[in-house]
Amino acid sequence: MTTTRTAGTAGANLITQILMWALPVLLLGFYVIPLLGVVSWSVTQPVAGLGNYARIVEGGDISSVFLRTLRISLISTVATVLIGYCLSYYWVMGSRLRQTILEICIFIPFWISVLVRAFGWLVILRDNGLANGFLMATHLISEPLGTGRNEFAVIVGMVHFMVPFSVFPMATVMRKIDRRILLAAHGLGASPAVVFAKIFLPLSLPGVFAAFVMVLVFSVGFFVTPAILGGGRVVMVAEAVFVQMFQTTNWGLGAAMSVVLLALIGAVVAVAYRLLGVRSFVD
Amino acid sequence: MFGRSKFGGALAYLAAAFLLLPLIAVIPVSFTPKRFLSMPDGDWSLRHYSALFEDGVWLSSIGTSISIALAASVLATVLATMFGLGLWFRRPRGGALLVGFALLPMVVPPVTSAIILYFLLAKLRLLDTMLGLVIGHAIMTLPFAVVAMLSAFARLDRSLEMAARNLGASTLQTIFLVVLPNLKAGMLSAWFLTFILSWEESTVTLFTSGIEVVTLPKRIWDNLRLDVDPVVASISVVMVVITAAVIIARALARHRYATQS
Repeated sequence: MTTTRTAGTAGANLITQILMWALPVLLLGFYVIPLLGVVSWSVTQPVAGLGNYARIVEGGDISSVFLRTLRISLISTVATVLIGYCLSYYWVMGSRLRQTILEICIFIPFWISVLVRAFGWLVILRDNGLANGFLMATHLISEPLGTGRNEFAVIVGMVHFMVPFSVFPMATVMRKIDRRILLAAHGLGASPAVVFAKIFLPLSLPGVFAAFVMVLVFSVGFFVTPAILGGGRVVMVAEAVFVQMFQTTNWGLGAAMSVVLLALIGAVVAVAYRLLGVRSFVD
Repeated sequence: MFGRSKFGGALAYLAAAFLLLPLIAVIPVSFTPKRFLSMPDGDWSLRHYSALFEDGVWLSSIGTSISIALAASVLATVLATMFGLGLWFRRPRGGALLVGFALLPMVVPPVTSAIILYFLLAKLRLLDTMLGLVIGHAIMTLPFAVVAMLSAFARLDRSLEMAARNLGASTLQTIFLVVLPNLKAGMLSAWFLTFILSWEESTVTLFTSGIEVVTLPKRIWDNLRLDVDPVVASISVVMVVITAAVIIARALARHRYATQS
C-alpha cells in the first residue's frame, strides 16, 4: 500500500513538474537567451565596445529620438488617463443606459486592429482629409491646417489606441468603492461635487496610478501608430529601431536602442512597484 | 444621484464619440469610385469591396493570417493550460515569481520583443516562414493566455481534486476527466483572445517576415506606408462591422438581462 502510493506520487510528481516547467523552459530558450544575444549584438556590432550606447546618450539625432519619445509618451499618457477616467466613471456609476452605451463604445475600438484605427485617423487628419474638408466647408478656416503626419496626429492616434486599455484598471478600482460611503457623505449634506472631490477621487487614485503606468509603458515602445501617422517625420524609438535594422542595417545600434528602451520601461515599472508597495503598506 | 450629472455625462459621450470617430470615418471612403483615397462625391461604388474578393493577394493574406493565428493560439493555450495545471497541483512557494516570468513578453516593449524574435528566428533560419511566425506569435500571446487561464484556475474548486483522488483517480485521470472539463470556458476564452491578438499582431510580424509570408496586417501596413489603396478602407469596414455587430449584440443581451432582473 505504502509502496504503490509512493510510486504513484513519484509518477504524479514528475507529471506535474513537467507541466509546470514546460512554459518557463521554452520561454528561457526562445526568449531570454535570444535577449542575451540581442544585448551581445549591441556591444559587438559593428565594432566591439560601448559605441552604440554612447551614441544614444551623447546628444545627437538618436538622443533626440529618445527625448521626443518621452515627451510624446507623457503628453499622450496624461490625455489618455483623463479621457479614460471620465469614461470609466460613467461606465461604472452612470445609469444602466449610459453604462450600456459606453460599454459598446469602449469595446468596439478595443477589439479592432491597431492598423485599422491608425488608418481611420489618417483618413480624418491627412492634409486633404475629412477634418480639413469639414472645417473649410464650414468656412472656419480657409487654408488646410497642417494636421497630417505630425506630432499632433501621432498623439491623437496613440491616445485613441490606449484609452480603452486605461479604462479597465480604473473601472476595476471604481467598482470596488463602497457606494454606502458616498451615500453617507451625501446624507450628511455634501454636494455631489464635494463627494466626488473628497471621497470618490482619492479612493479611485490607485486605479489612475495603475492606468498611468500601464499606458506610459505602452506608449514608450509604440511602433505602428506613430510610424503611420508620423509618416517618417515624427520618428519615435520603436520606428528608429526598425530603420536601423532594415534600412541602415546597423543591427548593433538598433539592438542597443531596444535594450535602453527595455531598461527605461524596467525603471518605470520598478518605481511604480516601489510606490504601490509602499502605498499598500501604509493602507 | 451619482453619475447623473448632465455635464459630466456629455463629456463621457464626447469621449465615446472620439473612440468611434475614426471607425466611422473609413465607411464613406470605402465607397469611393476613384482609385485613390477620397470621399465619394455623389457617385458611390462597390468596386473596392469586389476587389477585396477578386484580388488574390488580399484573400491569400487573410488565409495566411488565419492559419498562423490558429496554430499560434492553440500552442499558446496548450502551454498556458499546462502551466496553470502545474501551478495548481504543485502550489510552489515561488509561484508568483514563475508567473511573473511567464508574463515577460507582455511587459517588454513590443519592439524589443521583435528584435529578440528576429535574433532567434535568424539563428534558427526561420525568418520569413510560417513556422517562424507561429513561434513568434505564440510567444507574444502566451502571457495573455496565462492571465486568462490563471483566472480560470482561480475560480476552480479545489475539492474537485480531493474528490477525484479519494475515488482513486490517477493524476492523468484527474487532469483529463475532472480538471480540464471544468476549465473549458477558460480555455475557450484564452484561445479566442490569443487568436485575435495573433490575427492583428503587427510589430513582430513586420520585423520577422514580409516577402514570402505576408499576413493581413503586413499587407495593410505596406498599403498605408506606400500609396493608400481604398481597398484598405473596404477591409477596415468589414472588420469594423463584424466587431460592432458582435459587441452590440452582446451588450444589448446583457442590458436586457440586467433591466429585467
